[in-house]
Amino acid sequence: MTTPTPSPADALLSAVLLEDSAVLLTAWAAALDRQFAGARDVADAERECGRLLTAVGRELRADPAIPPRGSTRWEPLRDVLVELSRDCAQAGLSPSETATLVFLLKQPLFDRLRERAAESAGGAEGLTDALWAATTFVDELGLESFDAYLRSREDIIRRQQDELLELSTPVVKLWTGILAVPLIGTLDSARTQVVMESLLEKIIETDAPMAIIDITGVPTVDTLVAQHLLKTVAAARLMGADCIISGIRPQIAQTIVHLGLDLSDVTTKASLADALRVALDRSGYEVRKIGRPA
Amino acid sequence: MSGDEVALSSDEDVVRARHVTRRLAVEAGLRLVDQTKLVTAVSELARNTVIHGGGGVLTAGLVHDGPRTGVRVTCQDEGPGIADLDRAFQDGYTTGNGLGLGFGGARRLVHDFDVRTAPGQGTTITVVRWG
Ligand SMILES: Nc1ncnc2c1ncn2[C@@H]1O[C@H](COP(=O)(O)OP(=O)(O)OP(=O)(O)O)[C@@H](O)[C@H]1O
Ligand SMILES: [Mg+2]
Repeated sequence: MTTPTPSPADALLSAVLLEDSAVLLTAWAAALDRQFAGARDVADAERECGRLLTAVGRELRADPAIPPRGSTRWEPLRDVLVELSRDCAQAGLSPSETATLVFLLKQPLFDRLRERAAESAGGAEGLTDALWAATTFVDELGLESFDAYLRSREDIIRRQQDELLELSTPVVKLWTGILAVPLIGTLDSARTQVVMESLLEKIIETDAPMAIIDITGVPTVDTLVAQHLLKTVAAARLMGADCIISGIRPQIAQTIVHLGLDLSDVTTKASLADALRVALDRSGYEVRKIGRPA
Repeated sequence: MSGDEVALSSDEDVVRARHVTRRLAVEAGLRLVDQTKLVTAVSELARNTVIHGGGGVLTAGLVHDGPRTGVRVTCQDEGPGIADLDRAFQDGYTTGNGLGLGFGGARRLVHDFDVRTAPGQGTTITVVRWG
Protein backbone atom coordinates (compact mmCIF):
# COMPACT_ATOMS: atom_id res chain seq x y z
CA MET A 1 0.00 0.00 0.00
CA THR A 2 1.34 3.41 -0.92
CA THR A 3 0.32 6.56 0.84
CA PRO A 4 -0.40 9.55 -1.39
CA THR A 5 2.22 12.28 -1.23
CA PRO A 6 1.09 14.93 1.25
CA SER A 7 0.86 18.59 0.28
CA PRO A 8 4.02 20.65 1.06
CA ALA A 9 2.11 22.35 3.86
CA ASP A 10 1.08 19.04 5.45
CA ALA A 11 4.63 17.77 5.01
CA LEU A 12 6.06 20.78 6.84
CA LEU A 13 3.49 20.57 9.63
CA SER A 14 3.99 16.81 9.90
CA ALA A 15 7.74 17.22 10.19
CA VAL A 16 7.39 19.72 13.02
CA LEU A 17 4.85 17.63 14.91
CA LEU A 18 6.96 14.51 14.50
CA GLU A 19 10.51 15.69 14.93
CA ASP A 20 10.08 18.67 17.23
CA SER A 21 7.54 17.17 19.60
CA ALA A 22 9.85 17.48 22.61
CA VAL A 23 10.41 21.20 21.96
CA LEU A 24 6.70 21.69 21.36
CA LEU A 25 5.75 19.97 24.58
CA THR A 26 8.16 22.05 26.67
CA ALA A 27 6.88 25.29 25.17
CA TRP A 28 3.25 24.14 25.49
CA ALA A 29 3.72 23.20 29.15
CA ALA A 30 5.35 26.57 29.80
CA ALA A 31 2.38 28.33 28.22
CA LEU A 32 0.01 26.28 30.38
CA ASP A 33 1.89 27.24 33.52
CA ARG A 34 1.74 30.90 32.55
CA GLN A 35 -2.00 30.65 31.92
CA PHE A 36 -3.15 28.43 34.78
CA ALA A 37 -0.39 28.12 37.38
CA GLY A 38 -1.48 29.13 40.82
CA ALA A 39 -5.16 29.04 39.91
CA ARG A 40 -5.42 25.42 38.77
CA ASP A 41 -3.46 22.24 39.12
CA VAL A 42 -2.85 21.26 35.50
CA ALA A 43 -0.16 18.64 36.11
CA ASP A 44 -2.43 15.79 34.99
CA ALA A 45 -3.58 17.73 31.96
CA GLU A 46 0.07 18.37 31.02
CA ARG A 47 0.73 14.65 31.06
CA GLU A 48 -2.18 14.20 28.64
CA CYS A 49 -0.71 16.92 26.40
CA GLY A 50 2.41 14.77 26.11
CA ARG A 51 0.29 11.73 25.33
CA LEU A 52 -1.59 13.71 22.70
CA LEU A 53 1.62 14.68 20.91
CA THR A 54 2.77 11.08 21.07
CA ALA A 55 -0.53 9.90 19.57
CA VAL A 56 -0.31 12.54 16.85
CA GLY A 57 3.26 11.41 16.10
CA ARG A 58 2.17 7.79 15.84
CA GLU A 59 -0.50 8.67 13.25
CA LEU A 60 1.83 10.91 11.23
CA ARG A 61 4.60 8.32 11.12
CA ALA A 62 2.17 5.97 9.38
CA ASP A 63 0.81 8.69 7.09
CA PRO A 64 2.11 12.30 6.99
CA ALA A 65 -1.29 13.69 6.01
CA ILE A 66 -2.97 15.47 8.93
CA PRO A 67 -5.84 13.26 10.17
CA PRO A 68 -9.19 14.98 9.67
CA ARG A 69 -11.64 15.04 12.57
CA GLY A 70 -14.09 12.14 12.49
CA SER A 71 -11.80 9.84 10.49
CA THR A 72 -10.53 6.49 11.78
CA ARG A 73 -7.07 8.00 12.19
CA TRP A 74 -8.60 10.68 14.42
CA GLU A 75 -9.94 8.16 16.95
CA PRO A 76 -6.72 7.67 18.96
CA LEU A 77 -6.46 11.46 19.28
CA ARG A 78 -10.06 11.69 20.44
CA ASP A 79 -9.42 9.04 23.09
CA VAL A 80 -6.56 11.08 24.53
CA LEU A 81 -8.68 14.25 24.42
CA VAL A 82 -11.43 12.47 26.38
CA GLU A 83 -8.87 11.74 29.11
CA LEU A 84 -7.53 15.26 28.92
CA SER A 85 -10.94 16.86 29.29
CA ARG A 86 -11.68 14.61 32.25
CA ASP A 87 -8.47 15.74 33.96
CA CYS A 88 -9.35 19.35 33.18
CA ALA A 89 -12.85 18.92 34.63
CA GLN A 90 -11.36 17.40 37.76
CA ALA A 91 -8.93 20.31 38.06
CA GLY A 92 -11.92 22.64 37.97
CA LEU A 93 -11.46 23.98 34.43
CA SER A 94 -14.54 24.97 32.46
CA PRO A 95 -15.19 23.59 28.96
CA SER A 96 -13.87 26.76 27.34
CA GLU A 97 -10.78 26.78 29.57
CA THR A 98 -10.18 23.21 28.48
CA ALA A 99 -10.34 24.20 24.81
CA THR A 100 -8.08 27.18 25.56
CA LEU A 101 -5.56 24.81 27.09
CA VAL A 102 -5.44 22.93 23.80
CA PHE A 103 -5.30 26.17 21.77
CA LEU A 104 -2.14 27.12 23.70
CA LEU A 105 -0.32 24.62 21.47
CA LYS A 106 -0.69 27.09 18.59
CA GLN A 107 2.02 29.58 19.52
CA PRO A 108 4.78 26.97 19.97
CA LEU A 109 3.66 25.25 16.80
CA PHE A 110 3.69 28.50 14.78
CA ASP A 111 7.12 29.40 16.16
CA ARG A 112 8.60 26.07 15.11
CA LEU A 113 6.97 26.23 11.67
CA ARG A 114 8.49 29.65 11.09
CA GLU A 115 11.93 28.50 12.23
CA ARG A 116 11.79 25.44 9.99
CA ALA A 117 10.68 27.47 7.00
CA ALA A 118 13.57 29.86 7.55
CA GLU A 119 16.05 26.98 7.77
CA SER A 120 15.08 25.35 4.49
CA ALA A 121 15.63 26.94 1.14
CA GLY A 122 12.28 27.86 -0.43
CA GLY A 123 10.49 26.83 2.74
CA ALA A 124 8.84 30.21 3.04
CA GLU A 125 6.38 29.61 0.21
CA GLY A 126 4.75 26.66 2.01
CA LEU A 127 4.67 28.55 5.29
CA THR A 128 1.31 30.33 4.97
CA ASP A 129 -0.44 27.13 4.02
CA ALA A 130 1.30 25.24 6.81
CA LEU A 131 0.22 27.87 9.35
CA TRP A 132 -3.32 27.55 8.09
CA ALA A 133 -3.18 23.73 8.32
CA ALA A 134 -1.75 24.05 11.83
CA THR A 135 -4.43 26.43 13.06
CA THR A 136 -7.18 24.25 11.57
CA PHE A 137 -5.72 21.13 13.17
CA VAL A 138 -5.34 22.68 16.63
CA ASP A 139 -8.83 24.20 16.38
CA GLU A 140 -10.22 20.75 15.75
CA LEU A 141 -8.30 19.29 18.67
CA GLY A 142 -9.63 22.08 20.91
CA LEU A 143 -13.21 21.65 19.77
CA GLU A 144 -12.96 17.90 20.28
CA SER A 145 -11.82 18.47 23.87
CA PHE A 146 -14.71 20.90 24.35
CA ASP A 147 -17.22 18.35 23.07
CA ALA A 148 -15.63 15.56 25.11
CA TYR A 149 -15.92 17.72 28.21
CA LEU A 150 -19.63 18.33 27.62
CA ARG A 151 -20.25 14.67 26.81
CA SER A 152 -18.64 13.56 30.04
CA ARG A 153 -20.72 16.08 31.96
CA GLU A 154 -23.90 14.76 30.35
CA ASP A 155 -22.85 11.25 31.30
CA ILE A 156 -22.40 12.34 34.90
CA ILE A 157 -25.81 14.01 34.96
CA ARG A 158 -27.47 10.96 33.45
CA ARG A 159 -25.78 8.69 35.97
CA GLN A 160 -26.86 10.95 38.82
CA GLN A 161 -30.42 10.94 37.51
CA ASP A 162 -30.44 7.17 37.46
CA GLU A 163 -29.07 7.06 40.96
CA LEU A 164 -31.67 9.57 42.09
CA LEU A 165 -34.35 7.42 40.55
CA GLU A 166 -33.39 4.61 42.86
CA LEU A 167 -32.46 6.75 45.81
CA SER A 168 -35.77 8.55 45.92
CA THR A 169 -37.84 5.41 46.11
CA PRO A 170 -36.74 3.58 49.23
CA VAL A 171 -39.00 0.89 50.58
CA VAL A 172 -38.74 0.95 54.35
CA LYS A 173 -39.90 -1.49 56.95
CA LEU A 174 -41.97 0.35 59.55
CA TRP A 175 -42.79 -2.66 61.67
CA THR A 176 -42.74 -6.40 61.35
CA GLY A 177 -44.91 -7.10 58.33
CA ILE A 178 -45.50 -3.43 57.53
CA LEU A 179 -43.67 -1.79 54.60
CA ALA A 180 -43.85 1.83 53.48
CA VAL A 181 -42.79 3.78 50.37
CA PRO A 182 -42.70 7.52 50.82
CA LEU A 183 -43.05 9.01 47.33
CA ILE A 184 -41.65 12.44 46.68
CA GLY A 185 -41.90 14.63 43.60
CA THR A 186 -43.15 13.96 40.14
CA LEU A 187 -44.35 10.46 39.44
CA ASP A 188 -43.18 10.25 35.85
CA SER A 189 -43.56 6.87 34.25
CA ALA A 190 -39.95 5.76 34.71
CA ARG A 191 -39.93 6.45 38.42
CA THR A 192 -43.35 4.95 39.07
CA GLN A 193 -42.18 1.78 37.40
CA VAL A 194 -39.18 1.63 39.72
CA VAL A 195 -41.33 2.25 42.78
CA MET A 196 -43.80 -0.40 41.80
CA GLU A 197 -41.11 -2.98 41.16
CA SER A 198 -39.12 -2.32 44.30
CA LEU A 199 -42.23 -2.41 46.46
CA LEU A 200 -43.38 -5.71 44.95
CA GLU A 201 -39.90 -7.19 45.32
CA LYS A 202 -39.73 -6.17 48.94
CA ILE A 203 -43.17 -7.65 49.58
CA ILE A 204 -41.97 -11.01 48.28
CA GLU A 205 -38.68 -10.75 50.11
CA THR A 206 -40.17 -9.93 53.50
CA ASP A 207 -43.52 -11.65 53.09
CA ALA A 208 -45.14 -8.49 54.43
CA PRO A 209 -48.92 -8.52 54.52
CA MET A 210 -49.22 -4.68 54.70
CA ALA A 211 -47.76 -1.89 52.58
CA ILE A 212 -48.29 1.84 52.89
CA ILE A 213 -47.78 4.06 49.85
CA ASP A 214 -47.37 7.61 51.10
CA ILE A 215 -47.99 10.36 48.55
CA THR A 216 -47.59 13.36 50.86
CA GLY A 217 -44.68 14.50 48.69
CA VAL A 218 -46.51 14.15 45.37
CA PRO A 219 -47.92 17.54 44.32
CA THR A 220 -50.30 16.39 41.59
CA VAL A 221 -52.42 13.27 41.44
CA ASP A 222 -53.87 12.98 37.96
CA THR A 223 -55.31 9.99 36.11
CA LEU A 224 -51.86 8.70 35.14
CA VAL A 225 -50.56 8.76 38.71
CA ALA A 226 -53.82 7.21 39.90
CA GLN A 227 -53.57 4.50 37.31
CA HIS A 228 -50.04 3.63 38.44
CA LEU A 229 -51.09 3.59 42.07
CA LEU A 230 -54.12 1.39 41.37
CA LYS A 231 -52.01 -1.04 39.36
CA THR A 232 -49.48 -1.28 42.17
CA VAL A 233 -52.22 -1.90 44.72
CA ALA A 234 -53.75 -4.59 42.50
CA ALA A 235 -50.41 -6.31 41.95
CA ALA A 236 -49.62 -6.21 45.68
CA ARG A 237 -52.99 -7.69 46.41
CA LEU A 238 -52.27 -10.60 44.07
CA MET A 239 -49.19 -11.25 46.13
CA GLY A 240 -51.18 -11.30 49.31
CA ALA A 241 -50.39 -7.81 50.56
CA ASP A 242 -52.90 -5.13 51.46
CA CYS A 243 -52.03 -1.53 50.51
CA ILE A 244 -52.95 1.69 52.21
CA ILE A 245 -52.45 4.98 50.36
CA SER A 246 -51.64 7.82 52.74
CA GLY A 247 -50.92 11.50 52.36
CA ILE A 248 -54.15 12.39 50.58
CA ARG A 249 -54.35 16.07 51.52
CA PRO A 250 -57.71 17.91 51.35
CA GLN A 251 -56.95 19.60 48.01
CA ILE A 252 -55.95 16.26 46.49
CA ALA A 253 -59.07 14.56 47.83
CA GLN A 254 -61.30 17.23 46.25
CA THR A 255 -59.48 17.05 42.94
CA ILE A 256 -59.68 13.26 42.84
CA VAL A 257 -63.45 13.42 43.33
CA HIS A 258 -63.88 15.88 40.43
CA LEU A 259 -61.67 13.81 38.18
CA GLY A 260 -64.01 10.92 38.82
CA LEU A 261 -61.30 8.63 40.16
CA ASP A 262 -62.65 5.75 42.16
CA LEU A 263 -60.37 4.83 45.03
CA SER A 264 -63.13 3.18 47.05
CA ASP A 265 -61.42 -0.19 46.68
CA VAL A 266 -58.35 1.10 48.43
CA THR A 267 -57.89 2.19 52.00
CA THR A 268 -56.81 5.83 51.96
CA LYS A 269 -55.65 7.98 54.86
CA ALA A 270 -54.77 11.63 55.27
CA SER A 271 -51.43 11.02 56.96
CA LEU A 272 -48.77 8.36 57.24
CA ALA A 273 -49.41 8.23 61.00
CA ASP A 274 -53.07 7.39 60.41
CA ALA A 275 -52.07 4.72 57.92
CA LEU A 276 -49.59 3.18 60.34
CA ARG A 277 -52.25 3.02 63.03
CA VAL A 278 -54.60 1.16 60.66
CA ALA A 279 -51.81 -1.17 59.57
CA LEU A 280 -50.85 -1.98 63.16
CA ASP A 281 -54.46 -2.52 64.04
CA ARG A 282 -55.00 -4.93 61.15
CA SER A 283 -51.83 -6.77 62.07
CA GLY A 284 -53.18 -7.33 65.55
CA TYR A 285 -51.14 -4.75 67.43
CA GLU A 286 -52.54 -2.33 69.92
CA VAL A 287 -50.95 1.08 70.43
CA ARG A 288 -51.45 2.83 73.74
CA LYS A 289 -49.73 5.21 76.07
CA ILE A 290 -48.08 3.65 79.09
CA GLY A 291 -47.00 5.03 82.42
CA ARG A 292 -50.23 6.38 83.72
CA PRO A 293 -52.44 3.91 85.62
CA ALA A 294 -56.06 3.92 84.53
CA MET B 1 -52.97 37.98 27.90
CA SER B 2 -49.27 37.66 28.65
CA GLY B 3 -48.05 34.39 27.25
CA ASP B 4 -45.99 31.55 28.60
CA GLU B 5 -45.33 28.85 26.05
CA VAL B 6 -44.42 25.21 26.50
CA ALA B 7 -43.84 22.84 23.61
CA LEU B 8 -45.58 19.55 24.35
CA SER B 9 -44.02 16.38 23.05
CA SER B 10 -42.91 14.27 26.01
CA ASP B 11 -43.58 13.32 29.62
CA GLU B 12 -41.11 15.95 30.79
CA ASP B 13 -43.03 18.59 28.86
CA VAL B 14 -46.17 17.68 30.79
CA VAL B 15 -44.22 18.21 34.00
CA ARG B 16 -43.07 21.60 32.66
CA ALA B 17 -46.67 22.47 31.74
CA ARG B 18 -47.71 21.77 35.32
CA HIS B 19 -44.93 23.95 36.70
CA VAL B 20 -45.81 26.90 34.47
CA THR B 21 -49.49 26.56 35.40
CA ARG B 22 -48.72 26.29 39.10
CA ARG B 23 -46.57 29.42 38.99
CA LEU B 24 -49.29 31.43 37.24
CA ALA B 25 -51.95 30.11 39.62
CA VAL B 26 -49.89 31.32 42.57
CA GLU B 27 -49.35 34.65 40.82
CA ALA B 28 -53.11 34.98 40.22
CA GLY B 29 -53.70 34.45 43.91
CA LEU B 30 -55.60 31.18 43.55
CA ARG B 31 -56.12 29.23 46.75
CA LEU B 32 -54.30 25.93 47.14
CA VAL B 33 -57.39 23.87 46.23
CA ASP B 34 -57.96 25.95 43.09
CA GLN B 35 -54.29 25.73 42.14
CA THR B 36 -54.40 21.97 42.50
CA LYS B 37 -57.57 21.63 40.44
CA LEU B 38 -56.23 23.77 37.62
CA VAL B 39 -52.81 22.11 37.59
CA THR B 40 -54.43 18.67 37.51
CA ALA B 41 -56.75 19.68 34.65
CA VAL B 42 -53.80 21.03 32.67
CA SER B 43 -51.83 17.87 33.38
CA GLU B 44 -54.66 15.87 31.77
CA LEU B 45 -55.06 18.13 28.77
CA ALA B 46 -51.34 18.44 28.13
CA ARG B 47 -50.92 14.68 28.32
CA ASN B 48 -53.80 14.20 25.89
CA THR B 49 -52.04 16.62 23.54
CA VAL B 50 -48.88 14.51 23.77
CA ILE B 51 -50.53 11.09 23.58
CA HIS B 52 -53.61 11.57 21.40
CA GLY B 53 -52.75 14.78 19.56
CA GLY B 54 -49.23 13.74 18.58
CA GLY B 55 -47.71 16.71 20.38
CA GLY B 56 -48.47 20.40 20.32
CA VAL B 57 -48.05 23.55 22.28
CA LEU B 58 -49.38 25.01 25.52
CA THR B 59 -49.87 28.71 26.11
CA ALA B 60 -50.78 30.07 29.50
CA GLY B 61 -51.29 33.46 31.07
CA LEU B 62 -53.28 35.54 33.50
CA VAL B 63 -56.72 36.90 32.60
CA HIS B 64 -58.69 39.66 34.25
CA ASP B 65 -62.39 40.28 34.42
CA GLY B 66 -63.29 43.25 36.56
CA PRO B 67 -61.96 42.46 40.01
CA ARG B 68 -61.40 38.78 39.19
CA THR B 69 -58.06 37.32 38.18
CA GLY B 70 -57.76 33.90 36.64
CA VAL B 71 -55.41 31.69 34.70
CA ARG B 72 -56.14 30.74 31.13
CA VAL B 73 -54.41 27.77 29.53
CA THR B 74 -54.63 26.61 25.95
CA CYS B 75 -53.46 23.24 24.62
CA GLN B 76 -53.26 23.05 20.88
CA ASP B 77 -52.33 20.22 18.54
CA GLU B 78 -52.53 19.40 14.85
CA GLY B 79 -53.48 15.81 15.53
CA PRO B 80 -56.43 13.68 14.38
CA GLY B 81 -59.03 15.77 16.23
CA ILE B 82 -61.94 14.36 18.21
CA ALA B 83 -64.80 13.04 16.09
CA ASP B 84 -67.29 12.38 18.86
CA LEU B 85 -66.90 14.93 21.63
CA ASP B 86 -69.74 13.60 23.76
CA ARG B 87 -68.10 10.22 23.90
CA ALA B 88 -64.70 11.72 24.67
CA PHE B 89 -66.24 13.46 27.67
CA GLN B 90 -67.75 10.22 28.92
CA ASP B 91 -66.03 8.80 31.99
CA GLY B 92 -64.33 5.57 31.11
CA TYR B 93 -64.15 6.20 27.35
CA THR B 94 -60.63 5.81 26.02
CA THR B 95 -59.12 4.98 22.66
CA GLY B 96 -55.77 4.42 24.35
CA ASN B 97 -55.02 2.51 27.51
CA GLY B 98 -55.82 5.17 30.05
CA LEU B 99 -58.70 5.29 32.49
CA GLY B 100 -60.72 7.49 30.14
CA LEU B 101 -61.27 10.05 32.87
CA GLY B 102 -58.88 12.87 32.00
CA PHE B 103 -60.91 14.82 29.47
CA GLY B 104 -64.24 14.85 31.30
CA GLY B 105 -62.44 15.29 34.62
CA ALA B 106 -60.52 18.31 33.35
CA ARG B 107 -63.81 19.95 32.37
CA ARG B 108 -65.13 19.48 35.91
CA LEU B 109 -61.97 20.97 37.40
CA VAL B 110 -62.15 24.37 35.67
CA HIS B 111 -64.68 27.17 35.28
CA ASP B 112 -64.53 27.76 31.52
CA PHE B 113 -63.83 24.98 29.05
CA ASP B 114 -63.78 25.58 25.31
CA VAL B 115 -63.01 22.93 22.68
CA ARG B 116 -62.35 23.49 19.00
CA THR B 117 -61.84 20.27 17.13
CA ALA B 118 -62.82 18.43 13.98
CA PRO B 119 -61.63 15.19 12.45
CA GLY B 120 -58.28 15.81 10.82
CA GLN B 121 -58.24 19.43 11.98
CA GLY B 122 -56.42 19.10 15.27
CA THR B 123 -57.68 20.03 18.71
CA THR B 124 -57.53 23.29 20.64
CA ILE B 125 -58.77 23.38 24.20
CA THR B 126 -58.86 26.54 26.29
CA VAL B 127 -59.64 26.50 29.98
CA VAL B 128 -59.88 29.17 32.65
CA ARG B 129 -59.96 28.85 36.38
CA TRP B 130 -60.80 32.00 38.29
CA GLY B 131 -59.53 32.94 41.71
N1 LIG C 1 -56.00 16.20 21.93
C1 LIG C 1 -56.69 15.12 21.52
N2 LIG C 1 -56.60 14.70 20.23
C2 LIG C 1 -57.28 13.61 19.82
N3 LIG C 1 -58.05 12.84 20.63
C3 LIG C 1 -58.18 13.21 21.91
C4 LIG C 1 -57.50 14.36 22.43
N4 LIG C 1 -57.82 14.47 23.74
C5 LIG C 1 -58.65 13.44 24.02
N5 LIG C 1 -58.87 12.68 22.93
C6 LIG C 1 -59.74 11.49 22.84
O1 LIG C 1 -60.62 11.47 23.93
C7 LIG C 1 -60.48 10.22 24.66
C8 LIG C 1 -60.78 10.45 26.11
O2 LIG C 1 -59.76 11.26 26.70
P1 LIG C 1 -59.42 11.11 28.23
O3 LIG C 1 -58.36 12.06 28.59
O4 LIG C 1 -60.71 11.21 28.99
O5 LIG C 1 -58.96 9.61 28.36
P2 LIG C 1 -57.51 8.98 28.08
O6 LIG C 1 -56.54 10.03 27.76
O7 LIG C 1 -57.70 7.92 27.05
O8 LIG C 1 -57.16 8.33 29.48
P3 LIG C 1 -56.81 9.09 30.84
O9 LIG C 1 -57.92 8.82 31.77
O10 LIG C 1 -55.54 8.49 31.33
O11 LIG C 1 -56.68 10.54 30.53
C9 LIG C 1 -59.09 9.76 24.35
O12 LIG C 1 -58.94 8.38 24.53
C10 LIG C 1 -58.94 10.20 22.89
O13 LIG C 1 -59.56 9.28 22.03
MG1 LIG D 1 -56.21 11.65 28.96
